[in-house]
Amino acid sequence: MMHARHAHLMSGPLTTALVAALIALPLLAGNYLTYLTIQILILSLFALGFNLLFGYTGLLSFGQAGFYAVGAYICAKILLVQPSLLLGVGGGTVAAAVVAVLLGALSVRHTRIYFSMLTLAFGMMIYSVAWKWRDVTGGDDGLVGIPRAPLKILGTASISLSTIEHYYYFVLVVVLLGVFFMYRLVNSPFGLSLQAIRDGETRAPFVGMSVTTHRLLAFTIAGLYAGLAGALLPPLENTVTPVMAHWTTSADPILATLLGGIYVFSGPIVGGALFIIIKDLIVRVTVHWSIVLGTVVIILVMGFRGGVAGIVAGMVARPRAAPAPAVASK
Amino acid sequence: MDIIGYQGLIGVSLAMSLWLISAGLTIIFGVLGVINFAHGSLFMVGAYMAYTFYGLLGFPFGLSVLLSLAVAAVLGLIMERGFLRHLYHLDHAYQLLLTFGFVLVLDDAVKIIWGGVFKIPPIPRFLDGAWPVFGRPFPVYNTFLIAVGILVGIGLWALFEKTWWGRVVRATASDREMANALGVNVPWVFSTVFMVGAMLAALGGALGTPIRVAAPGIGAAMIIQAFIITVIGGLGSLKGAFTGSLVVGILSAYGTLFFPVFELFFSFVIMTVVLLVRPQGLFVHSN
Repeated sequence: MMHARHAHLMSGPLTTALVAALIALPLLAGNYLTYLTIQILILSLFALGFNLLFGYTGLLSFGQAGFYAVGAYICAKILLVQPSLLLGVGGGTVAAAVVAVLLGALSVRHTRIYFSMLTLAFGMMIYSVAWKWRDVTGGDDGLVGIPRAPLKILGTASISLSTIEHYYYFVLVVVLLGVFFMYRLVNSPFGLSLQAIRDGETRAPFVGMSVTTHRLLAFTIAGLYAGLAGALLPPLENTVTPVMAHWTTSADPILATLLGGIYVFSGPIVGGALFIIIKDLIVRVTVHWSIVLGTVVIILVMGFRGGVAGIVAGMVARPRAAPAPAVASK
Repeated sequence: MDIIGYQGLIGVSLAMSLWLISAGLTIIFGVLGVINFAHGSLFMVGAYMAYTFYGLLGFPFGLSVLLSLAVAAVLGLIMERGFLRHLYHLDHAYQLLLTFGFVLVLDDAVKIIWGGVFKIPPIPRFLDGAWPVFGRPFPVYNTFLIAVGILVGIGLWALFEKTWWGRVVRATASDREMANALGVNVPWVFSTVFMVGAMLAALGGALGTPIRVAAPGIGAAMIIQAFIITVIGGLGSLKGAFTGSLVVGILSAYGTLFFPVFELFFSFVIMTVVLLVRPQGLFVHSN
């Protein structure tokens, strides 16, 4: 039952170098690579929120796509009426957080399989609303013609984000802030409490922790991150479709996190990058990307449950530290 | 009023193919404690196999169905022996993720082998046609499905209640350690249960294809239906899966008639309400 404390893969200089590389990227790379990196950033943010719930709190949600889609649809609706990027992204994020707090209050009453089933059902409920409420959501066609609205900061002039480089920098700033806050959060007393609850649900209340409140907070923050990630997508793609809310989309952050490593802070980020890069490389060769992904998932689950970042962190930090902490009694 | 009765009967026939897939899912959960995401994919494999043996190769209908079941049983054995077995000591999350890996692989494998378009095998001649029920033509094939569903229900009841294997399986389900201590070969029980579950899914797929279709995405769609049913009926309960299938089948038959827009939404509402209010299932009394 013992879980190793979350290892930190990113040392200071490494993080600085990575951020510098991300800032320089559009100057060196073409539009396609920039576009791909935006996708990586968005998935990383999505997965980071998911892993607060999974890796840190021990709850496997299969409904995160629901919040992702709420963020995207609300952002799209706002942008179609009022072309202001901050308003759209902010509105989508807040809406997702509100939905998450409501559904979370019900979901955290269960754990384990029942929690997974419940979140799956909630996510699919949102999917069926997106699919069937044609007047508002556009049905299976989704919403189209969403503008990449300019960034208007109170009072000052508006900045056009119509080029992919400009939009890239906007996403980069948002995601870096998201990563920073998450890092602070998981290393705060609150983050440590979550891990304590995950490792000993029955013991936590004895030291005065409210298990339900902690779980609900984690659920809401995960939903907020999913919503923010979703809200960053419509200005990029100019469209949203119901499949964003489908349970198979909920699997994306799960797989990215698994790929990168569940018990390392940077796992979901590393995994998000690997997920998008591997997918891009495979799709060039064959349309059958999911058979490769499935095989990778099976191999990871069977033999490498620490993920890529977990393996690296294990080698760098503590060569002898036993990873694979995910053992829980059945 | 005839339309009500007629549509209800259509619902019952839909329920029967749902029952076959849900029965397998709930048996596997009840004994192994595993939620098998790939159960819908086994349904899909059953559908494609029946299409291939019957529709393409022209084998007799009954033989085609039996061959589909055999393929599913082998796949099930590989999944359980080769993979799942090594994860029983871990958190359920890893079992879910592993079976999700199977979903990804099987979905694409089907596309590679049979192409991305859907296939509909012909209905066997002796099951084709319709007879009048409530003044409307009711397909013979749907009648056949209802009969099969009921027979499988009786068969499963007899298998679990009347045979030595059934007793061993029930003992293992209620106390794994104790069964092991009493000399039950628990790993063998797990394998056979998983194979029986896989065959039930494939039977649902093989018999369901002429009225549904065999398409690459049906696995993901069917597993969600089976989740809804097994949750409503109570995870691990066969009786619950049967009743749950009837509820969902009949609801969806009336739903497509009276409230097509909300049908899908309502299924998930029911599933959530049951999970919140009676997580043990509507039709399970206690434990």
